[in-house]
Amino acid sequence: MRNIVVIAKRELGSYFGSPVAYVFLVIFLLLTGFFTFTAGQFFERGEASLGAFFGWHPWLYLVLVPAVGMRLWAEERRAGTLELLMTMPLTPWQAILGKFFASWIFIAIALGLTFPVVVTANVLGSPDNGMIFAGYLGSLFLAGAYLAVTCMTSAMTRNQVVAFILSVVACLFLILAGFNPVTDLLARWASPAFIDTVAAFSVVTHFDGFQKGVIDSRDLAYFLSVIGFSLFATSIVLRNR
Amino acid sequence: MIKIDNLVKAFGAKRAVDGISFSVERGEVVGFLGPNGSGKSTTMRMITGYYAPTSGSVRVGGHDVAESPMQTKRLIGYLPENAAAYTDMTVRGFLGFAAELRGLSGNAKGKAVAQAVERCFLASVLHQSIDTLSKGYRHRTCLAQALIHDPDVLILDEPTDGLDPNQKHEVRNLIKELGRSKAVVFSTHILEEVDAACTRAIIIDRGRIVAQGTPDELGRPLDAVFRRLTIPDTAVPGTVKK
Repeated sequence: MRNIVVIAKRELGSYFGSPVAYVFLVIFLLLTGFFTFTAGQFFERGEASLGAFFGWHPWLYLVLVPAVGMRLWAEERRAGTLELLMTMPLTPWQAILGKFFASWIFIAIALGLTFPVVVTANVLGSPDNGMIFAGYLGSLFLAGAYLAVTCMTSAMTRNQVVAFILSVVACLFLILAGFNPVTDLLARWASPAFIDTVAAFSVVTHFDGFQKGVIDSRDLAYFLSVIGFSLFATSIVLRNR
Repeated sequence: MIKIDNLVKAFGAKRAVDGISFSVERGEVVGFLGPNGSGKSTTMRMITGYYAPTSGSVRVGGHDVAESPMQTKRLIGYLPENAAAYTDMTVRGFLGFAAELRGLSGNAKGKAVAQAVERCFLASVLHQSIDTLSKGYRHRTCLAQALIHDPDVLILDEPTDGLDPNQKHEVRNLIKELGRSKAVVFSTHILEEVDAACTRAIIIDRGRIVAQGTPDELGRPLDAVFRRLTIPDTAVPGTVKK
């Protein structure tokens, strides 16, 4: 546990010690603002909910989350510090979890900074704050799932750009499996059971519930298994260095 | 302290390390000599637990590296090749991080960092970030990291690489001094270092030990012995260094 904290602390320090953190935070907040209020027509909707805000998250995270996670292992490989880390008295799992939690905490900070949206909704109307809380929780798990996938791709290569592209593609698959245009396309020839099975692999399907204010244990189990599986794959990749 | 038995590491069909056995006791400084690509770094990486051996065993302080890696890693201080370090950290931050991973905190951590800084002459760059350091300072920062927990075993991969003559001299003296109380293995291809710092030298070529003994036993001049024992340019096709 101590080692996990030591690794996470260093990793967080390295985000905030470089321009990465600030550039990310500014871009993230600008984009969420733009998508919510302009593209999402927050005001025109005339309803006190954050649907316009959360609905964009799977797409927004698709680009931004891999950008946060791509350096986690690729940079260690490139700089040769992986050798240093792996010869320290800590288990690979401690390093993997420390890094994962550090970047997850970083995204949680970014997400926390969107609080003005909640304030706006509460000033203008009386939204269901339980629903908003569920939405935030879902959004955090969504980001965690993407991040874990990025950890895995980052461990595979010493090149951050390759890690970024691979994780965007993998996460895009996780979206598209449950994206309406894709399921409609499948509906032309596949059986409903097949479509449901494919859609069950999608983050969109499982994120929907949270947006509606429902914290379903099946959705939680889905996100936790994506995270668990990806981090396990990371450990396998690292073992075969 | 270190006991290596018939160690083999194969990358595909190529055997980078091919049946090496030796042991190092406390109070010894063993110079690991060999041409580029002869298996020095690979052997060291197996001692530190970074690579798993294809066959054979490494024991450090009585523990098998493959079976109880945590125990052996605690005993070892390691300077990797090219002195890798987190370049976005300051020297102080980096040494503090290493100390924390070694289980030190509070006062003990402060003391360990201060001592390593003093030993490696880093006081003047303590608050500088590592990517702004010259190669010599960077190297010594990484060396300080290896010494931070006062380990019983030191594995140093080319500790004098890239240093100027004064710094080389200082590092050799440091190694010599450390060797009185620890088991030290360092690799080099500078032969004068063997005379300057080692109690014993091991010459390897193409993954095999071709000679070992004190510098006097190996014969003089050392570079003639070295050239006779190792085949020039081992980097023939197929000897890719991983």
